Amino acid sequence: MFKTILKQVKQYKAAALLTPLWTTLEVIMGVLIPYVTASIIDKGIGAGSLPDVYRYGAMMIGIACLSLLFGILAGRFAAYSSTGLAANLRLAMYENIQRFSFSDIDKFSTAGLVTRMTTDVSSIQGAFQMLLRVSFRAPLNMVSALGMCFLIHKKLSIIFLVAMVVLSVFLAVLITRAAKLFKQILLKVDALNGVVQENVDAIRVVKAFVREDHEMSKFDKAAVGLFTMNVKAETLMALNGPVMNLIVNGCIIALSWCGAHFIVEGSLTTGQLTSLFSYIMTVLTSLMMLSMIFVQLTQSAASAARIAEVIDEEPDMADPAEPVTDVPDGRIDFNHVYFSYKQGGDYALEDIDLHIRAGETIGIIGGTGSGKSSLVNLMARLYDVSEGSVEVGGIDVRKYAMQALRDEVAMVLQKSTLFSGTILENLRWGKEDATLEECREACRQACADEFIESFPDRYETVIDQGGTNVSGGQRQRLCIARALLKHPKVLVLDDSTSAVDTATDAAIRATFNARIPGTTKVIISQRILSIQEADRIVVMDNGRVAAFDTHENLLRTCDIYSEIYEMQTSGGSGDFDEPQA
Amino acid sequence: MPPGFNQHPGQDRGPRAGATLKDLKKDSTVFRLFKFIFRNYRVNFVVVTLCIIVSSVTSLASSLFTRTLIDDYITPMTAAAAPDYAPLAIALVKLGAIILVGIIAGYVQSIIMIHVGQGTMLRLRKDLFSHMETLPLKYFDNHSHGDIMSVYTNDVDTLRQVVGNSVPSLFRSLVTIIATFVSMVVLSVPLTVVAVLMAFLMYKVTTGLGKLSRKYFVERQRNLGRVNGFIEEMVSGQKVVKVYCHEEKALEAFAGLNEELRASVYNANKIGNIIMPINSNIGNFMYVLLAILGSLIALGHLPGAALTLGSLVSFLTLQRNFTRPVTQISNEINSIVMASAGTDRLYALLDEVPEVDEGTVTLEKEGEGRWSWKETDGSLRKLEGLVSLSDVDFSYVPEKQVLYDITLTAYPGQKIAFVGGTGAGKTTITNLINRFYEIQDGTITYDGFSVAGIKKADLRRSLGIVLQETKLFSGSVLENIRYGRLDATDEECRDAARLVHADAFIRRLPDGYDTVLDADGGNLSQGERQLLAIARAAVADPPVLILDEATSSIDTRTERLIQQGMDSLMKGRTTFVIAHRLSTVQNADYIAVMDHGRIIERGKHFELLEQKGKYYELYTGNQIT
Repeated sequence: MFKTILKQVKQYKAAALLTPLWTTLEVIMGVLIPYVTASIIDKGIGAGSLPDVYRYGAMMIGIACLSLLFGILAGRFAAYSSTGLAANLRLAMYENIQRFSFSDIDKFSTAGLVTRMTTDVSSIQGAFQMLLRVSFRAPLNMVSALGMCFLIHKKLSIIFLVAMVVLSVFLAVLITRAAKLFKQILLKVDALNGVVQENVDAIRVVKAFVREDHEMSKFDKAAVGLFTMNVKAETLMALNGPVMNLIVNGCIIALSWCGAHFIVEGSLTTGQLTSLFSYIMTVLTSLMMLSMIFVQLTQSAASAARIAEVIDEEPDMADPAEPVTDVPDGRIDFNHVYFSYKQGGDYALEDIDLHIRAGETIGIIGGTGSGKSSLVNLMARLYDVSEGSVEVGGIDVRKYAMQALRDEVAMVLQKSTLFSGTILENLRWGKEDATLEECREACRQACADEFIESFPDRYETVIDQGGTNVSGGQRQRLCIARALLKHPKVLVLDDSTSAVDTATDAAIRATFNARIPGTTKVIISQRILSIQEADRIVVMDNGRVAAFDTHENLLRTCDIYSEIYEMQTSGGSGDFDEPQA
Repeated sequence: MPPGFNQHPGQDRGPRAGATLKDLKKDSTVFRLFKFIFRNYRVNFVVVTLCIIVSSVTSLASSLFTRTLIDDYITPMTAAAAPDYAPLAIALVKLGAIILVGIIAGYVQSIIMIHVGQGTMLRLRKDLFSHMETLPLKYFDNHSHGDIMSVYTNDVDTLRQVVGNSVPSLFRSLVTIIATFVSMVVLSVPLTVVAVLMAFLMYKVTTGLGKLSRKYFVERQRNLGRVNGFIEEMVSGQKVVKVYCHEEKALEAFAGLNEELRASVYNANKIGNIIMPINSNIGNFMYVLLAILGSLIALGHLPGAALTLGSLVSFLTLQRNFTRPVTQISNEINSIVMASAGTDRLYALLDEVPEVDEGTVTLEKEGEGRWSWKETDGSLRKLEGLVSLSDVDFSYVPEKQVLYDITLTAYPGQKIAFVGGTGAGKTTITNLINRFYEIQDGTITYDGFSVAGIKKADLRRSLGIVLQETKLFSGSVLENIRYGRLDATDEECRDAARLVHADAFIRRLPDGYDTVLDADGGNLSQGERQLLAIARAAVADPPVLILDEATSSIDTRTERLIQQGMDSLMKGRTTFVIAHRLSTVQNADYIAVMDHGRIIERGKHFELLEQKGKYYELYTGNQIT
């Protein structure tokens, strides 16, 4: 997991490796400074010698300048390499997302991916910078201070060792207990945010049922839960300061007592004793810092895992070794296809055996979850079958280059998605170099030209993020036009006119028949009106093909179909919305 | 300060790194927050102040002990023939006691501050939420849900940092500075002047660098927003990207934005990283300067001032204690000013004006399906369900009128159907009856009372609503139905479900009525969720109903259930229904055809067909084959 992350340091490796070097040099300068100040005091001021004050003063300024230089270098290099790593991580994730198949996309939620690419990345960025700057400094400080102690007085350094063991045990216990609490805090935060989110989303329901007080008590419960947990965790962490103080001062007292004896004995000087006092501080604070690094690393481990998950995700679909790049015609054959979204899961489609001729118009109808979308998704190889095979133009879809197949099998997905940008830009997703006239022609076929022309900026009208500034029906028609620009051999509409009024819906189908007769058209709809004139209609039920025939025959032979027809024509599902353009 | 910094305080969403205290105006929200905290925790702050003083003094005492240890105890002992360790032992015990007192004071202080910090957050959260619940719908229309959420998550969290850490550390630094300053003045006035000047320089450098980084922080926030937006849009449309083989172009666009973000984050962090070394080395320069100056004075090269060598040594040690808190203070001020963006947003929510409710008439339930209005004088009037609108005008925003001259009466038990295209104003009318929004002109009466004269809660309690977009809450199916009436028994909830034909599908769920739904019922189909919403309205058993039929494609069988459910719910109640289904319209007692905010045709189904107007068009347009 950390390996995946570190691999992304790439071009920032030099900076990342140099940072500890600058830090080390900075630490050395820092160690030298107390030495020089001691000289200023002892040899200069103490001896009343002004030249010595100047000399050591100049020396100190020189060292301070170097320390400043190294400090700035360390800071810049650390910032450079950690922000660089962050950028590489984001890019690596996005790059891999581009390789994701549909089932990979289903696996990660959009919100989840956004969090991974923002919050998680910045947590790693912080941890990495800390690692570079502190993780060398702390042990370096600790080891050098400890070494000095052993040099000064072996017996007294036992006190150091005891203190280190005590502090380490304490920190270990504290961190493990705190980690548990922090996990629980996260759950409480989620619970609290959940209540707020629900209320913001469903404020109309809350107000309509006059449930403000009820919601407040729900929120209070969540807020108090979070408060209690936070206080618990912080109280635990607050032990850190006093315990550290206790140990440091305990050491100082012990050092004073034992030190006094050694001085009287003559095995220690007073100067050495004072320096031991400052070393004990260095050793213990470094230990403390190491523990903090450890805490931060464990916290960012979760982020690292989530990031690695995206980067390491192996897309489950790839182009074949020698891909076919030409789709001969719009024939579609399902040969005893079984399909399941999850390996070993329930079949979403079972034993589908369908044969569609090129240029046919096929309607698909059936209840929610009956497998309509799954069926058409297989045609463009958005998913791979579990068993059997799907052929387009007489060739197994798995043999095509994916781009070639998807250019010829144009899918208009159920969720009509447009991107921020002008209408023209959106249309040109279908054909990069399409002229304005080509785009207009596609829009005329999709009955979109008229409303586009009614906008002040026409084809240059800017679509907001999520396409919120056009109506659902308009969005659907733009999506259809975009697909038409591909001039595909197969056109699949997955319930793509549900928000378009019936008259326009009929007009679109009429132009299809007139303008693109050679294209195989597969139309999913809940509305019988939209499909009843199709050459043949597939009735889906529970993942199986219940019937496949013409409208007239189905009315006679298929109960499911005639039932739907009955309901919709006898006043079940008339949609009173007027044309939306 | 760059021009325009204070002109749009609400829009500046980036952290205000490096601003000085001057940027906090007197009426700043940060001060409001501080006032809020001090008001609630006066006693705590007295105790905390005492603790800080005690712990600062004891730590000063223990740092002075080293000299005493050597000069007063160890040195005499080395001279003595038979050293007496007793005085040393006593001194060490005393020192231990002092240190212990300091540690206890420090611990008490941090425990209190935890309670103050967390307690403040708890109060703020509760205040925020309970205030939010009172806000009119307009507020929710005008603010994105993400922005509202971020007040609870990001903004409250930055405050924790300020209240819990910055404030006490600011305080402690001040105490240390004052104590050290006094000692320094006693030792040498001219050196103190120099030290203060240098400290001021450090303060300036820190805040100056902070100000420099502010530019980059703003840039960073902007780029961060762009990258977030891009990811959100493109990842949620990833399937379209795939279908159109648009991957490479998307990647190219992302790489550009990503690089811009990296550059600005680098610039911002770079400055943050170099503040520390710059400051500590200014401290070193200052040390040298003071040592030279002090030596000159001590050695008599500068007339008019006197200083012993011993005092100079002490002074040099003290000034380190002086500069550290100065750096600390400038850092804390930076973070407090940065937090002010958060407090701005927090108080912006708290300052929103709540819904007005001047109604006095209340609702009394007298028994199964029998309700009365109660006036202030105690007189009761039976609830009939007569709702009447006359000449109602309405607009959400002043310049865009949505409804014109709406006049309409629903007699008790009548079904009124609204038909018309999207944006014709159907839903808006129903939102006015329950006073989600306030009308600009005209009157709406309910059993003769103006709806403005009825207490809002009671008005809404008398109106059952099924919204087009079903919102459920996380919890069991039963709890969701009970949302309609909190004191309903399990059996009553089941009865309601049976009444609206939801019982069958609920019993098929894995745990039946106890099946736990995710937030917003993600594990149910849209149709099933709507059935639950109808059951929820049914258990409330309201005298008047507002139904908004769903347009979205629901499979035929569920749709039939929903239709039957709505029909049984409507029986015997005055009902306003925003209709999309032919059968609903045909069965209505009265149809209002809406177009561009006006009622253009009205009457029964067959009357309207005969008029051959808009309704006829809608009806027959529907039949084109």
